[in-house]
Amino acid sequence: MTHTLILGAKSDIAQAIAYQFARHGHSLTLAAREVDLLDPLAKDITIQHQQPVHLREFDGLDFASHGEFYENLPEKPTVVVCVFGYLGDQKQAEGDFAETQRIINSNYTGAVSIINLVAQDLEQRQNGTIIGISSVAGDRGRQSNYIYGSAKAAFSTYLSGLRNRLVKSGVHVITVKPGYVATRMTANMDLPQPITASPQQVATAIYNAYRSKTNILYTLWMWRWILLIIRSIPEGIFKKLNL
Amino acid sequence: MTQQQVIANWGNYPQLSAEVDELGLLPDVQNYLQQQSPLTLRGNGRSYGDASLGKQVFSTLKLNKFLDLNTESGILTCQGGVLLSEILDVILPQGLFLPVTPGTKFITVGGAIASDVHGKNHHKEGSFSRHVLSFDLMLADGTILTCSRQENQELFWLTMGGMGLTGLILSATFLLKKIETAYIRQTCIKARNLAEIMDLFESSTDWTYSVAWIDCLATGEKQGRSLLLLGEHATLEDVSPNQKANPLEIPQKRKLNIPFYFPRFALNGLTVKAFNTLYYNKQWAKESQSLISYDPFFYPLDSIYNWNRIYGKPGFVQYQFVLPKETSKDGLSEILTTISQSGQGSFLAVLKLFGKGEPEAWLSFPMEGYTLALDFKVQPKVFELLEQLDRLVLKYGGRLYLTKDARMKKEALQNYPHLEQFKQSLPPGFTSHLAERLELTINNKQ
Repeated sequence: MTHTLILGAKSDIAQAIAYQFARHGHSLTLAAREVDLLDPLAKDITIQHQQPVHLREFDGLDFASHGEFYENLPEKPTVVVCVFGYLGDQKQAEGDFAETQRIINSNYTGAVSIINLVAQDLEQRQNGTIIGISSVAGDRGRQSNYIYGSAKAAFSTYLSGLRNRLVKSGVHVITVKPGYVATRMTANMDLPQPITASPQQVATAIYNAYRSKTNILYTLWMWRWILLIIRSIPEGIFKKLNL
Repeated sequence: MTQQQVIANWGNYPQLSAEVDELGLLPDVQNYLQQQSPLTLRGNGRSYGDASLGKQVFSTLKLNKFLDLNTESGILTCQGGVLLSEILDVILPQGLFLPVTPGTKFITVGGAIASDVHGKNHHKEGSFSRHVLSFDLMLADGTILTCSRQENQELFWLTMGGMGLTGLILSATFLLKKIETAYIRQTCIKARNLAEIMDLFESSTDWTYSVAWIDCLATGEKQGRSLLLLGEHATLEDVSPNQKANPLEIPQKRKLNIPFYFPRFALNGLTVKAFNTLYYNKQWAKESQSLISYDPFFYPLDSIYNWNRIYGKPGFVQYQFVLPKETSKDGLSEILTTISQSGQGSFLAVLKLFGKGEPEAWLSFPMEGYTLALDFKVQPKVFELLEQLDRLVLKYGGRLYLTKDARMKKEALQNYPHLEQFKQSLPPGFTSHLAERLELTINNKQ
């Protein structure tokens, strides 16, 4: 039985991922802040899919606690999915470094802090998969969310380097760029339906990517092409666009 | 997730614009309830009329977690937004079945309690409330109360059949029944008229499940001609060696879909009459026996997705009433005559003999006697006919099922003897289009 650790398990995407992996025979550790709120979810997965589910308190921003957290896991994972992140408020962050720092730490520093530990362990065990949920927002900086975007860009770059390092140890790294997803985080945004995925679609795509050892996953295929176009606009023109 | 949308229940009538929100984590739900008032609670939208419609709607569909299943004692605890279909998927392989199920499995547990639903076993095993041990109810101020027959009894009974007006059912604990196979041993008996079907019902009360399909358009000597279906859970001895190998597993069948709304003319007096005659005559013998899987026995219409679309875009209303046993014969006869004279026949109507009701659940529908349920396509003259039927139902001491209703006037509720007490006792904060139409939520107006 493969054990999967989900970091930031409270989000809609994370919950869908938990079900998807449990359905395919994975036992789980779900880690999040106020993890007790996930007690119904854990019981539900155990009853519906006969998989043991552990809950562990985890705060991505509390870097100092990560070592102890990983050390004390009930079972060492073979698959680690890093879902936590923070969209934040771009406008506020522009004039408030505390918000900026929170965005960077949630989306980048915190993820690096825990994945560094995971990577050491998996490398030593010569087996496993690390799945990082990054964002298409990291593919090019835009005025509407470049602080979030730059943190995700850094995370994508980190995952790319990690993939390069771990390939020889038989550990695979997947970078996931979901595009728009209809979740609690985006509840107040007016998202264009055709390029907006459901959490379940994202979870299915991630599981399939895990099975087929995809490197970079755009969960809806359109996004690969949208980003290709966005990336190829010359900076001279791009800087004048209202994106 | 907030969404402004047009919603309707299964009858597609009425259709109302609403803001619908869906939340799954307890603190979020609590916050939301404290901020929104009055609020309408909605499960899977499978009631027929306007029961779960309102301007500000909370959908329970994300409260969809199983919390505990004890296969030994057959006791299940799950959140209020879990569908009966999801429960069946989990419990059937464990040799367990729902204690009571209505004719569709696509309803939530919260809905089953709020409507105090009944099934083909009502005469023997009562309505859903009889099998509920306890539930957790969130009031409009966010307080959570555990309700049972011993604790917060008043709220427990108000909520049973209380149309979702007492609070949000977060979770419920209820008893399941043990079964050996997923099959039903079915007997089908033809009855030529009303007197015969009533005799058959009264001599078949030992059967766990009984229901009749009745042709509402047949007149004269054929009035009330019907097919009585009787069923028992098949034991291991009843099934074939093949089935015995995997007695709790049913091979999956492909589902049909009605992909679009039928045009207005598709259902008219002639097509319905032809269908009913064909249906009645599909069986030649007086009596036949068969072994069928539980799904077509309990949920014949669930296998056709969106079957409600055959009534066209304007939708349909379902009309279900119950008459006391003593007046049933005369009452049914007069009502059937009125329907056939109107020419606004329903497809098939369902007749059943209820057992005793739950007197403590003041708005619970069933009482001892005959219940008839039938569909009417929405068209201008149908409402006049239904008011005529209301008067007959009242005259014979009967009452209507709120879960099916979209149009009755508040006067039609007079045979719910504790109606006034119900209204007075209702905690404030919740409402629905139905509740306002029938002036149930007087405590909200203060």
